This record gives sequence, structure tokens and C-alpha cells, in this order.
Amino acid sequence: MTAVASPEIRAKYQAVIGLECHVELKTATKMFCGCVNEFGGEPNTHVCPVCLGMPGALPVPNKKAIELVIKAGLAFGAEIPNYSKFDRKNYFYPDMPKDYQISQYDMPLTQGGVVRFWLPDGTRGECRLTRIHLEEDTGKSTHAGSGDGRIAGSEYSLVDFNRAGVPLMECVSEPDIRSAEEAVAYLDALKRTFVELAVSDVKMEEGSLRCDANVSIRPVDAQTLGTKTEIKNMNSFKSVQRAIESEISRQIGVLESGGRIVQETRGWDEAAGTTHVMRSKEEAHDYRYFPDPDLTPLEIAAGDIEHLRAEVRELPFERFERYADGFGLSVAQASQLIDNPSLAEYFDRVASASSDPQAGANHVLGELSRLANETGIAVADSKVRPKAIAELIELVAAKTINSKIAKDVITRLWAEGGSAKEIVAKEGLAQVSDPSTIEAFVDEVLGSNEKIVADIRGGKDKGLQFLVGQVMKASRGKANPKLVEELLRKKIV
Amino acid sequence: MALAAEDAACTFGERAWSMPIDVRYVAKLARLALSPDEVESYGAQLTDFLTHVDALRELDTQDVPATAQVIHARNVGREDAVTPCLARDEVLAGAPQAYGSYFRVPRIIGAEE
Amino acid sequence: MAQTAMEIAADVNARRRSAREVTREALARIERTDGDVGAYLTRLDEFALEHAEGVDARVGAGETLPLAGVPLAIKDNMCVRGTRTTCGSKILADWVAPYTATAVLRLLEAGAIPLGKTNLDEFAMGSSCENSALGVTRNPYDLERVPGGSSGGSAAAVAADEAVIATGSDTGGSIREPAAFCNVVGFKPTYGRVSRYGLVAFASSLDQIGPFARTVEDAALVYDVIAGKDPMDATSVDLPVEPTARHLRDDLNGIRVGIVREFTTDALPAVVADVYSIAYRELEKLGATLVDVSLPTAQYGLATYYLIAPAECSSNLARFDGVRYGLRVNGSDVTEMYEKTRAAGFGAEVKRRILIGTYALSSGYYDAYYVKAQKVRTLIAADFAKAFERCDVIASPAASSPAFRFNAKSDPYSMYLMDYYTIPVSLAGLPSLSVPCGAVIPEDGTRPMPMGLQLVTPLFEERRLLGVANAFEKATQHASKLTPQIAGARA
Repeated sequence: MTAVASPEIRAKYQAVIGLECHVELKTATKMFCGCVNEFGGEPNTHVCPVCLGMPGALPVPNKKAIELVIKAGLAFGAEIPNYSKFDRKNYFYPDMPKDYQISQYDMPLTQGGVVRFWLPDGTRGECRLTRIHLEEDTGKSTHAGSGDGRIAGSEYSLVDFNRAGVPLMECVSEPDIRSAEEAVAYLDALKRTFVELAVSDVKMEEGSLRCDANVSIRPVDAQTLGTKTEIKNMNSFKSVQRAIESEISRQIGVLESGGRIVQETRGWDEAAGTTHVMRSKEEAHDYRYFPDPDLTPLEIAAGDIEHLRAEVRELPFERFERYADGFGLSVAQASQLIDNPSLAEYFDRVASASSDPQAGANHVLGELSRLANETGIAVADSKVRPKAIAELIELVAAKTINSKIAKDVITRLWAEGGSAKEIVAKEGLAQVSDPSTIEAFVDEVLGSNEKIVADIRGGKDKGLQFLVGQVMKASRGKANPKLVEELLRKKIV
Repeated sequence: MALAAEDAACTFGERAWSMPIDVRYVAKLARLALSPDEVESYGAQLTDFLTHVDALRELDTQDVPATAQVIHARNVGREDAVTPCLARDEVLAGAPQAYGSYFRVPRIIGAEE
Repeated sequence: MAQTAMEIAADVNARRRSAREVTREALARIERTDGDVGAYLTRLDEFALEHAEGVDARVGAGETLPLAGVPLAIKDNMCVRGTRTTCGSKILADWVAPYTATAVLRLLEAGAIPLGKTNLDEFAMGSSCENSALGVTRNPYDLERVPGGSSGGSAAAVAADEAVIATGSDTGGSIREPAAFCNVVGFKPTYGRVSRYGLVAFASSLDQIGPFARTVEDAALVYDVIAGKDPMDATSVDLPVEPTARHLRDDLNGIRVGIVREFTTDALPAVVADVYSIAYRELEKLGATLVDVSLPTAQYGLATYYLIAPAECSSNLARFDGVRYGLRVNGSDVTEMYEKTRAAGFGAEVKRRILIGTYALSSGYYDAYYVKAQKVRTLIAADFAKAFERCDVIASPAASSPAFRFNAKSDPYSMYLMDYYTIPVSLAGLPSLSVPCGAVIPEDGTRPMPMGLQLVTPLFEERRLLGVANAFEKATQHASKLTPQIAGARA
């Protein structure tokens, strides 16, 4: 484990982090051929002459993939140029079917943009994007014969081209991120936005989101940037956080002991909790970019951009502001809703029909979600109409029913649908607040629990809640609990 | 030979035209093993060839766009519709070395990842 | 007189002859003469007869097929499913293609019978067919001479009547030059007219598939079948294809023929220059007006082409790496495997071009070489456009000499010069062909060797181009005045 610097030492430095993410697009087919774009599958079964790089095969671009990248750019306020093109990035590697990758070099589909995110404590942040461009993914190689799956020490490699040619969005950020926590928040923002736009599934564990981090540190008041290292091989958001933290600590350690940071690529080792050198500054690759002569340039009409812009609805960050600032929901609640778009939509309908969105969130994320988990039916697909919940909230606010009864009503609504008001009326679930009726129950309970009454008089206050519970039981939950407690207190003293 | 204005102004361009070719480096980029004799003979041929190509510097192309496509087509693409893939035994039929359902290659050392 | 494709198709469609019969005869001719000519790398006798049966069945069921029963040779850089497709290279010597090129599919659909895959300069790089690693093809008019390249095998097959039509590919002249050398018609359509899907790429922005035939009409017939948009090729143009066969003019009244100042024949040997003077006069006799036009940048064509084509090919040939198909030479690690495989699998000319191309694209040189060349290309295309304001068709030699002897061009650059007239045309993407226009007896020989007239029209003007060629051919009948050397060959 890398020694963690003390807070005083830590405070001397500022971390400067940029993230480069590769996101697989959720299209039905690959970028340049009609092979199915699907995770998994038996090796080398989702391939054709084009994505295998066979002699004579030619690429034809997937129009949907282009649209999705433009939409992603628009969501982050990026600029969409009128003219774009594909370039060949030439290099040799066994998972590269053509030994060049069709990518974009100097005229990407989007430029600029800003990703806004929020941290668990509610702080807002933002990170500028350099660009988002479109390219094709490579195949996948597994390294065998060394026992741990790493390249170093392996005897041979096995290649599966199912993934080759899948459309890939490369999102490059400016180095605006200042902590590992911000990095994860940034990734969350990307993920939520891409899921909302149906641009990608963004599942790190399936490889549809891959992320490399560029990390450097500098003294807090410095103007210039420190030497950066590139961190790879992080397989989850958690890894990203741990890896960046580890690297920041390591770099601080190096500088504090008088050393220099070497520009290198380091791989994250999840088990060891450290980064190790993958390769030191190697000769820069000469990719010999040139415009791909098999493809035509792209001229993007303003009308098409507007058309796509209109398809972009409320974005996660906007929704977050509406929930946290507008409705006063907690960060956790807002995040939970945003991560479940159909649930959020349901909640929105409850909130617009009711005067207490917070209560709405409590019900949606509480009892309704519990029932959804139990029954396997999504809240949005259940029989409970949002209006019914809004009604329920009103009933509780008016003290017609108490919160325990409200839970029962929800269970009924889940089973039968219908209106909350009607259920309360039909079942006679209205809360009892009539003092004489309550007094009858109170007297009954006091009568059967003399010892506890004596205890309470003797100073053991705990028994009071027990008695409240007994009255609630006797009244089948309908007594107004506040009044019950008041009356008990009055009578016991 | 009169150089076109933009080539004369570009000092690196000037150097590029008259530098000897590092054939070994180029062969490395192209993943071609060359014997020392080949390095020499190809080097000589390439250098000789490039003197013929030198003539292009006479032309003023400052404001001339590079040809992207002779046919001036734009936005050619296809719909996102699935078409049949190859059967796996066809895929692996020509494989120099298959290993089950995979293509097998010798170990990868220090390469791009 | 050997039958033309038009005549054969008419006979087979009318059931006067069966496709099987025509095929058997064609296969017999191959058997007789290909030992000397060496046009074919792979024979497809069984496949051909099977296919012929299919054609007979379809005709029997009432279909009329444009190329019913016509014997077809296919250049071996075009994928045909289930057949060895070698590109004339050791690196693909045993590779069997799992799919068929679109152009070939269209020909087969039209009833043509595939007799075999023909020899070529390795990966279509060359002007003599001598760069093939897998076989030697000889010019049927003089077996001591090259058939031209890169489509030497296809040109020779048609010249030797070992096929009636053949496909070739043309990047800088690889259809037109061998057609000129072999006394046949060779036609390169406008870039983008014919799908490149299934054509193993050499230079993507220049490659085009086109026909060889003994008559312009037959070439037109093939063109009509293969041309047209293909969704599998993003560079194939989405324009309607004007049918050309049966729409060919036979006079040149009102046609202005541009003679290019910079393509002067003054520097050529007198016997060669004479052939063209006569040819130009023949055009006039048919009613054409000769017009003097200028292509000031055409002289830069070679330099431009020999930067762009190698650059694109260096990238296109990277895929031949021993991983997924083709030759593999093992190494202790994958990089060594790549280097040894490619060293063993590629011939010298291919390596040369890969090196030039890689260099031209490499960091620090890209702007000075590749970009510069693409800019000069724009100038060349503009020159042609300007010239076509004053003429309807441009005429020039297809090659500066008739077919030369084997090993005559040992210096690579002297070989590159063979494409001097054809290359600028390719750079501009223009439709162009070579039609036989006479013969000369070379200084180092005794047999008369054919020469070809190159004709060029503006983009997408194939009907005009084929018409002018048709008129010239019908009036002059140059091809019929020569007899191939090979035994048993028919004139």
C-alpha cells in the first residue's frame, strides 16, 4: 500500500486530473458493418469480412452512431462543426483487424462542452470537455500462459474479434478535475447523461465504458502543470477513485522525498492497491493519420443539428438541480431517482400533482420501491397511479390518516389500483382523532398495564411508547398517535 | 529550380525534401524485416525516387484544397440494421493458427494497448 | 472469327447453343494454349460447368440474361467465394475467399461463366505482370514479351481467346496499358461507377474495376452489368447508369477530339509516333475535329501518383500480418512474426511501395509529401475540366511503347514511366479506355506488336467514351489485322 501523506503535506499540493473515456455506443450494429453489436456471444461469431479486415472489404458508416455522438455533444453544450471526417490511425496490434483504426483526428464530430456534476455532499462542480469523437473499437485479446492474465510473461495471446468495429465515443476532458472524488462524480455524470440519452449502457464491467486518467500534482499556488502520468486498467468507478488517490499519494511521496515524477504509463493493480509502471516514456507513436479514402466526408446541416437538439430532453444535472434546489430533496434521494429514469418520471408526475414533493420522494423511494423489489414489478408499471400517491400525501397532511395507515393504503393501491381517498373511505381507515373514542382505548390499555403505569410514574419513561403502541394496536392503528400520547401523559400523571 | 512560395517559406519542408531517409525506422513502422543489404538498396531506390518527386515543389499550391474525394460525395452511410455474420468455421478456416474459437498469436511484448 | 459476347449471349438466350457447350469449348481452348500463355493462376473448370448448368436452367425457364454463357476470366485480386484469391502474392497463395466481390456477383447473376482467376502483378502493383510471385504470363502476340500489367493475365486471356470477357482493375493504368499491349479493348469507368467491394485494395482513391473484351461493344455490355451504386461501398456513386451497349455511335461528326500538347509524341520513336498520327487522322476521317488542348500539370502526374498510391497502399496492406489469414512466419513475439511474415510474403515492388508510402505519411513528412500530392491532384483534375470545355474527348497514346521483353525494365522508375499517359487520368477519376490502333515491329523484335489509343471523357460520360471508341474500332478494325503467336489461336 502506498503510504498516505499527512493532511498538512497533502494540503501543500493540488491534484490536476484529466480523464479520457471510451464509451461503446448502443446501436444495433457495428460502426462500419451490419454485424450485431452485442456484448458476450461465442468468440468470433459476430464478425464479417469487414470487421475482420479481410482483403477487399470496405467500411460503410452507421448513421445512427454519428447521430448519437452529436446528441452526446449537444447534451454537454459542445460545438458541432459543419464539416467532419474519418481518419485512419495506423498501428499494428493483434486485436486490430486492419492494423489501422478508423477514427477522427483533426476534425472531430464535437468540440468543447462542459460536464457538470455533483458530489455526495451536494457540492457542484464542472469539467470542460476537449472533444468527443467517433471511432471503431478493437477486438479483445486475452493473454495466456503466464498464470495471471497479464501481458508480461505470457506465452501467447488469443484474439476474439466480436468487439472489433463496435462504435466507440472517445470523450477527452480538460484537466479540470481536482480530486479522485470529483473524477468519480464526473464519470457518474457521463454515465447518467449517456443512459438518459440512450446513447450507451455505460457498464464498466462489460467494457462499454473504459477510462484512463492523466494525473499530475503541483504546489497549490503554482501556475504551471506538473509532469503527468497516465493511469490505466481501472475496471470500476471504485477502482478509478482508489487508483487516482493512490497515484496522487505516490506522486506527493516522490516530490516530498526530493524525486522527480517520470512521465509514464502506470497500470492499476486492484489486488495490491497500487499502480505499477506499464511502460516508461516510449517513442511517441507515429500514427500516420490521413483521411480515410474509403469514406466520404461528413457535412452536418444546421437543420439536422437542431433536430437532434430537440430530441435531447432534461439532462441529469438539470434534473438534479430541480430535485435538490427546487424540491429540497437530499443528494442521495435525488441521485437515486436520477439513476432510475422511469422512477424519476413517475416521481415527477407525483410531484406535479402534489404540494409536497419531499413526501412524494419518500413514498416513491420508500414503500413503493420496496414493493417493486418484492414483486418484481417496476413502480411505473404498477397499478398505483401517481395521482393516488398525491392524494395520499394530502390525506396525511390533513391528518385524515397517519403514516402507518398510509403504508397500508399503499399496499392496497399496489394490489388493486384505484384512488387513495376511496380506499380510506371504503375501509374506514380514517384516523381517529375524536378524543372520547381515543379516551376509551386509552382507558382500556391503562387498565391492563398497571405495572407499567406505575413504572412510568416512578420515572421509567420508556414504558410510555409501549403504551402508545398498545393503544395503536387496540385501535387497529387508526388512533391519532399524537393525541394518544398526549392523553396517556395527561392520564398517567 | 524555383520553389513555390509556400515551400520556400516552410523551412522544415525544405529540410524534409533533402534529408536522407531512415529506412530502418520506416521499415519498423511498416513491420517489414529488412536485411542490411535490403536496407541499403531500398534506401538508395527511395532516395532516387524522391528526387523525381522533388518536382512537385515547383507548383504553387498555397490556396489549393487537397483532394478529399474525386467524386464529391458527402454523408454516405447506412441504416443501423443487422445483416448476417460469417459462420465461425468460415471465419477460422483461413486462420494461420486457431485455438478453439480464437485466433492465436505469439506473445505481445511492450506493444500498444 | 471468334464470337463476341453479344453473339454468344444471343445464341444462348435463343437456345441455339447451350452455356455448357460454350463453356466446354472455352475450357478446351485454355487447355490448349494456357501452357504457353500462363494467363490463369487458378482454373475453375468444375465451378464453371456447374454455373453453366445453372444458366441453361434459367434460360430454359424463360429468362434472358445479358451475358448468358459468356466465358469470363476474373483478375485474381477480386474475391470469389470458395476460390483461391491470391493477388499474385505469396502472402495469400493459399487463401480462399469467404465472399464474392459485388462486381463479380453481378456478372454471375447476368449469366457470365467464370473460367478462372488470372495472373497479375502482385497486389496490382506493376506494369508488366512480372511482379507476380505465383506465375509468369506471356504476351499472346509474342511469348518473349510481357502482357503488360497489372491486369496482364486478364488481358492475355482475352487476347488468346481463353476468355471472351475479363475483369481487370485499374489504378494508374493497369487495365489500359495491358489492353494496349495485348491488342484488346480495356476500359476503366469513372471512379465510383463500379463497386470496389471485394476488390483487394491497392490505392483506395484510385482503384476501379473494368472490363477487357475484344470489341468495344462487348466492353460496354460488361460495363452495363457491373456499374451502379453498391451499398457495400461508400465510394460508389449513387447516379443512374445510362445503358451503353446498343447505344453506341458509329461516327464522330461534331465530336471535338482534344490532342494534349504535353502528351506530344515528338519524343517517341518515329514508328510509334506514326501510329498515333495515323490514328488521329482516322478520327478526323470519321468526322471529328482535332483540337489542341493543354494539361500543364499532367507532367507532375507520375510524382503525384507515386506519393498518393503508395501512401494508401501502405495502409491498405497493413492487414496482411499473419494473424487472421494468409501466410504466417512465426516469431518469438508478435512483432517478430509481423516482420518476418511480411518480409517473406511480399515481393520487392510491394515492399518498395510500402516503404515509400509509409515514409510519405510519416510525421514530419506528411504535409510536404502526401498533402502536397493531393493538392497537385486537384490541379490536375482542374486542368482536365478546363480542357473539356474545348473538347468532348481526349485522345493520346495508352503507352509510350509496345510490349517490351521480359526483364527489359530493371530500373523501377523506368517501369513507372509506362503509365505516363494513363496516370493523370486516374488521378482525376475520369473514365478512360484503350482501343487497338495499330502495330509496330519493336527494335528488339520481329513480330508486329499492338498499340493502343487512349480515349478520355469527362466524369460519368461513359456512353460518349464508348461511342467514340466504337466508331473508331468499327471503321479501322486494327485488332483484326494482327495474329497472336500462340498455336491454334483464332484471329
